[in-house]
Amino acid sequence: MNMASLAGQLLQYIVTGVTIGSIYAMVAIGFNIIYNVTEIINLAQGEFVMLGGLVMVSLHMLWKLPLIAAFPVTVVIVTGIGLLMNYAAIRPIRRPTVLTLIIATIAASMIIKGAAMLIWGTDSFDLTAFSGRTPILIAGAAIQPQYFWVIGFLVVIVAGLTFFFDKTIIGKAMSACSENAAAAQLVGIDVRWMVLLSFALSAAIGAIAGITMTPIALMDYDRGAMLAIKGFGAAVLGGLGSFPGAIVGGLMMGLIESLGAGFLWSGYKDAYALAALLIVLFIRPSGIMGNRDVIRFKRF
Amino acid sequence: MLRFSKIPIVVLAGFLLIFPLVCTGISALHGYISLMVFAGIYCLITIGLSLLMGYAGQISLGHAAFFGIGAYVSGIATVRFGVNPWFCMAGGMLVAAMVAALIGAPSFRLKGHYLAMATLAFGLIVNIVFREESAWTGGPDGLSRIPGLRLSGFMFNSTIRFYYLVWVIVLAAFLFAINVLQSPAGRALRALHTSETAAKSMGIDIARYKIMIFVFSAVLASLAGSLYAHFMRFINPSTFNLLFSIKLLIMITLGGMQSLWGAIVGTVLVTFLSMEWLQFFQEYESIVFGGILLLALIFLPEGLTGLPNMLAGRGKK
Repeated sequence: MNMASLAGQLLQYIVTGVTIGSIYAMVAIGFNIIYNVTEIINLAQGEFVMLGGLVMVSLHMLWKLPLIAAFPVTVVIVTGIGLLMNYAAIRPIRRPTVLTLIIATIAASMIIKGAAMLIWGTDSFDLTAFSGRTPILIAGAAIQPQYFWVIGFLVVIVAGLTFFFDKTIIGKAMSACSENAAAAQLVGIDVRWMVLLSFALSAAIGAIAGITMTPIALMDYDRGAMLAIKGFGAAVLGGLGSFPGAIVGGLMMGLIESLGAGFLWSGYKDAYALAALLIVLFIRPSGIMGNRDVIRFKRF
Repeated sequence: MLRFSKIPIVVLAGFLLIFPLVCTGISALHGYISLMVFAGIYCLITIGLSLLMGYAGQISLGHAAFFGIGAYVSGIATVRFGVNPWFCMAGGMLVAAMVAALIGAPSFRLKGHYLAMATLAFGLIVNIVFREESAWTGGPDGLSRIPGLRLSGFMFNSTIRFYYLVWVIVLAAFLFAINVLQSPAGRALRALHTSETAAKSMGIDIARYKIMIFVFSAVLASLAGSLYAHFMRFINPSTFNLLFSIKLLIMITLGGMQSLWGAIVGTVLVTFLSMEWLQFFQEYESIVFGGILLLALIFLPEGLTGLPNMLAGRGKK
C-alpha cells in the first residue's frame, strides 16, 4: 500500500469517526441534561435516537411529507414521547431513589423498543440523504454530504444550548437546579417542571441525532441500547455532566471506533469504544474534562 | 428486620424435595421440573445480585457476562481440552472473581452509578468476544457436545438428578448469604445501607465490602453458568446478552430488592413467566417485561415479598 492511499484511508476513517462521534456527542449531551437536573442516568436515551430515525422514515419516506416539514414534526413527536415517559415512568415511582429511577428508565426503554418493533418490525430502514449521496472527494477520501449535516447539527445544538443556558431565564433556572435542587426550589423554581423540561430537551436532541444519522447508518428498532451506552461512554469520557466534555468525549469515541474498525479487526467495532470507557473508568473516572470534586459532591 | 427464621427455609427445602415427585405424578406438570432447574440456576445469580442491590445499593447490568464466563470456561475447557468439569467450574469461578475485582475496584471508589455503566460496557464486550473468537467459542453457532456432570460414578444424566444437584447448591448459597448478612461484615453492610456517612465514620471500609459482595455475586453467576453449560450440553452467545442481564434485574425488582427471599420468589416467577406462561407473547416480550418492571416499581416498591407488610400497614391505617 503506498503512502498516498494510506493517508487517504486515514483521512476517511477520521472523517467517519468525527461524524459518528458527533452522533455520540448529541446522545451524551442528552444524557448530561437529564443527569444534571435529576442525577438519573437515562438508559432510554438511545431509544429517543432510534425513534427519531424511524418516525422520520415513516413521515418522509412513507407519507411523503417534505423533509423540511417532516424534520420538525418528528422532533415534536419524539419530544412528546419524552414527556410521556416522564409522566408515565418517572413521576409515578413511589419511592424515588436514583437506583429505582434508573431501573425505571430501563423499563421505559424496553417498552419503547418493544412498541417500535411492533410498529416498524425488525427491518432496517433507509432515509433519503438531505442533499444527495454524491461523495465529495478530498485528498483521496470520499465524504458523504450527509456527514456535514450531522456535524452541522451538532454545532447548531451546541450553539442553541449555550444560548439557552446562558441567556434565557428558563435555562438559568435549569442550571440552578443542577447546582442545587433544594436551593432552587427555595427561590421559587418549580423543580418538577425543570425535570419535565430536561426530558423534553434531551428527547428532542436524541430525535435530531436519529434523523441525521439514519441516511448514513440506517435505523432499526434494536439500535437504542448500543447508542445509549456509547453516548454514555462519551459523557463519562468527557466528564459526566460537562457539556464541552460531552463533545470531546463523543468525538473521541467516534474516532476510536472508526480507527479501530478500520485498522484492527472490524468484528470488534462495537468493543473498542466500550473498552476505552472501561479504561477511562480505571485511570481517570472523573473524565478528561471533568472535575473530580464535582462527582464527589453529587449526592448518590 | 434481618432475622431469618428457620421455619420458612425448612418449608422451602421440603417443597423443593417433593416438587419433582408431584410433577412426575401429574403429566401436565412434567415440563415444570426442567423449568425449576433453570429457575435454580438463575436463583444462584440473583442471590448474589440481591446482596449487591439490596445491601450495596448498586445495580449490575452485566451479570450475563459472568454467567457466560462460567459457561464458556466450562464449555471450552471440557470440550477442547478434556479437563475434569469440576475443575473447570472452580476455574470459571476464579476467573470471574478476578475479573469482577478488576471491574469493581475503580467503580466502587466513586460515588454514583458507575458500576451500572461499567458492567453494561463489560457485558457487551464479553458478548462480542463470545461471538468473534469462534476458534475457541464456536462463534454465533455456539459450542456443543459439552459433557454432563458425574460424581465418582454417579451421573447427573436426568433432569431430576440435575434438579436436586442445582437446588442443593442454591440452598447452600442461600444459607451462606444469610450467614454473610448476619456476620460482622453483614452488619457493616446494613449500616452502609442505612447511612453511608455513618458507616464510614464508624471506620467501615465501604468500598472494600462493596467489592467483596460484587466479587461474590460474580462467582455465583459463574458457578451458575457452569451448571447451565453441563445441563444444556450446548451454549451460544445469545443466552448471555444484555436482555438476560435485564431479566435478572426484573427478577429481583419484582421479588423485592431488600430481601434474599425476594430473589428466590422473583426468579422462579419470572422464569416460569418467560419460559412457559407468557410463551404466546413472544413478540411482545420486551413490552410485557418492561411493563412488569415498571408496574413493580410503581405499585410494589418492596416487591412481592414486601406485599404482606404493605397490606398489613394499609390495614392499620
